[in-house]
Amino acid sequence: MERDDLIEYSLHAHHDEAKGKQIRSKIYKVTILLTLITIVEVFIGSSIKQSSDYWTAVKIIFILLTLLKAGYIVMVFMHLGDEKKYMRNVILIPYFIFVLFLIFIALWEAAAVGSVWETMWQ
Amino acid sequence: MAGHSAQLDAKALWGGKESPFQTSYGKLMMWFFLVSDALTFTGLLIAYGFTRHDAQDAWPIGEQTFNSMPFLGHGYPLLYVALMTFILIVSSVTMVLAVEAGHRMDRKGVTKWMIATIIGGFFFLGSQAWEWSHFIHGSEFGKIELADGSMAIVKGHFGEIKNFTVIESGKTHKVGAVIKEDLMHQFQHAAEQGHLENGTIRLADGAVAKINKAHDHDMKLIIKRDGKINKVGGKEITGKAAEKQYYQALYTGEKNRVTYGANMKQNEYGPQQYAQFFFFITGFHGFHVFSGVIINILILLGVIAGTYHKRGHYEMVEKTGLYWHFVDLVWVFVFTFFYLL
Repeated sequence: MERDDLIEYSLHAHHDEAKGKQIRSKIYKVTILLTLITIVEVFIGSSIKQSSDYWTAVKIIFILLTLLKAGYIVMVFMHLGDEKKYMRNVILIPYFIFVLFLIFIALWEAAAVGSVWETMWQ
Repeated sequence: MAGHSAQLDAKALWGGKESPFQTSYGKLMMWFFLVSDALTFTGLLIAYGFTRHDAQDAWPIGEQTFNSMPFLGHGYPLLYVALMTFILIVSSVTMVLAVEAGHRMDRKGVTKWMIATIIGGFFFLGSQAWEWSHFIHGSEFGKIELADGSMAIVKGHFGEIKNFTVIESGKTHKVGAVIKEDLMHQFQHAAEQGHLENGTIRLADGAVAKINKAHDHDMKLIIKRDGKINKVGGKEITGKAAEKQYYQALYTGEKNRVTYGANMKQNEYGPQQYAQFFFFITGFHGFHVFSGVIINILILLGVIAGTYHKRGHYEMVEKTGLYWHFVDLVWVFVFTFFYLL
């Protein structure tokens, strides 16, 4: 028996050639952007040494550029930006709460372990 | 690609007639799977960060470890990994183009872009195999324990070994014989076993031979652990002093003074955990890429057979697309935290 209470959401996702052209041009723009970011990262990585005074700044730049790249991949390539707000939140919020806590606790513990090593070697 | 019926009021949305996410069951479950998989990778990368943070300067630097290109040799820091990143990003782009073609019910377009994606995936896997092989086999110099107990990694151009001239007969090689084959392999094996002494090598059959080797160039010792004060440090020794200390240590005739390449127990790049993390994180990611390629091939067969066209939508392509983008996403983070930082 055919059910009529199920909604085929995937059928709503179709679009015509005009819309497709618009979407493709956005995809190409994002591709160029991601490539540029990677080139910049490699350029900085191979030109500034880790012993340099700027290394902390470089690290922060790397992490920010990575998050930017990740943001474009998730929002444009994975279409999360086009999904409903509720769905976006259900995916992103629990993940970020857990990950931020994990990063905090790992850095805290690593600093403690590191200081123990320091005293042991003296 | 929701947003087709944005004008619904909240009562209808949450009252059971309409899904608040307005997305299909399959896509939502794929997202939930990806979140859990993302947490696995996050755990791995945070464990890596933790270990790296307390190992301090003993940890190797990406540009020192990964500086080779296929066919070109050494001296190209991070270029190959950047190329791998680019390949994966491009294959992600071709995937999203396949999804877009699917929304227009363009079967030919989906087929074309899916094939491009699969080729990109194979390119990436091949690159990773090359990188692993390079990592496992290591450099010509290896990592050396100097006379004062310091651990140093070695950079520079290794002078070619021309031949071995036998000066003491063994079971098969007699005095005066000149050995010209498999030199590097025998040399490294003898170095690990402590069979190198004062410019001579003791071969497997017991013969002793003089090593005829060209000079090295631009040798640099990077001290990872200082033997005297037993502390990590980034001191460097260059030029003649470096050559003197390196060969003094290499030709002592002691076992395990030098390490070539990497395995689960030791590696020439840094602490033991470094290679373990390398194998596990890039291996786990590579396994994801591999399964992604397999899934893409299966979906491509479905596209060619017309299964999804008959169904009226290409949502299966969209779902595998999500997985494929996720693999790319993870690599972006691995690239930053493992290779760049």
